[in-house]
Amino acid sequence: MEILNEIKFKMPSLSVNEAAARAVVSSFLIQADPTVEELSDIRTAVSEAVTNAVVHGYRHKKGDIELTVRLLPEREVYIRIKDKGCGIADIEQAMEPLFTTAPEEERSGLGFSVMQSFMDRLKVKSAPEKGTTVTMRKRLSEHGV
Amino acid sequence: MKIDIKNENGTAVATLSGDLDHHNAKELRAELDRFIVTAQPRELAIDFGGITFMDSSGIGLIMGRSKLMKECGGRLEVINPQPYIRRVMKLAGIERIVKIR
Repeated sequence: MEILNEIKFKMPSLSVNEAAARAVVSSFLIQADPTVEELSDIRTAVSEAVTNAVVHGYRHKKGDIELTVRLLPEREVYIRIKDKGCGIADIEQAMEPLFTTAPEEERSGLGFSVMQSFMDRLKVKSAPEKGTTVTMRKRLSEHGV
Repeated sequence: MKIDIKNENGTAVATLSGDLDHHNAKELRAELDRFIVTAQPRELAIDFGGITFMDSSGIGLIMGRSKLMKECGGRLEVINPQPYIRRVMKLAGIERIVKIR
């Protein structure tokens, strides 16, 4: 993978860091001059993935969440959100729209659906007690370039 | 995240401003529920005009308040969402449950 630029950001699994993660992604991507809609899509997808790590991955213990943002050739944005939390036993089920294991927190079960529809590609790797890694890609339009 | 609630003769408007994510939703939910249960408005409109960001946490918030309003004999409405917030609502199919205008 040819990487044009990259940023890594590590944060404890505090819900207040959902906003911090969005801010980091926005600041880093300014150099690629995304459209308002593209940036909004990416920020929303990142927010979903980080929230999943806070709410589900680290439900029973605190830990670190690692966010990596890369700029790849042909205006492709690569994002990886990694936690070392409880992991997901059944990824397919977790990705079903409206499936949630936290209804008491009013989680709508739409996190993965949002990531899927707002980004071009979504990959989820997870193992129980090992953690979850979400990688997403989105190609930015050529506007004004 | 800010919330301002006005209630006139059972018709209430809750105006929100700021980012609506999982972190902020908790407090907002508590405040809206307190109002719904004590004031029992017939109609509650949540004004999203000042919301600068929303992820699926906002969907959970709307669905939960809609349910509570129904249980209290009232109706919930969502007003003024920005286009990018409307996209999240559309993806969730929330217009089947709540009127958006």
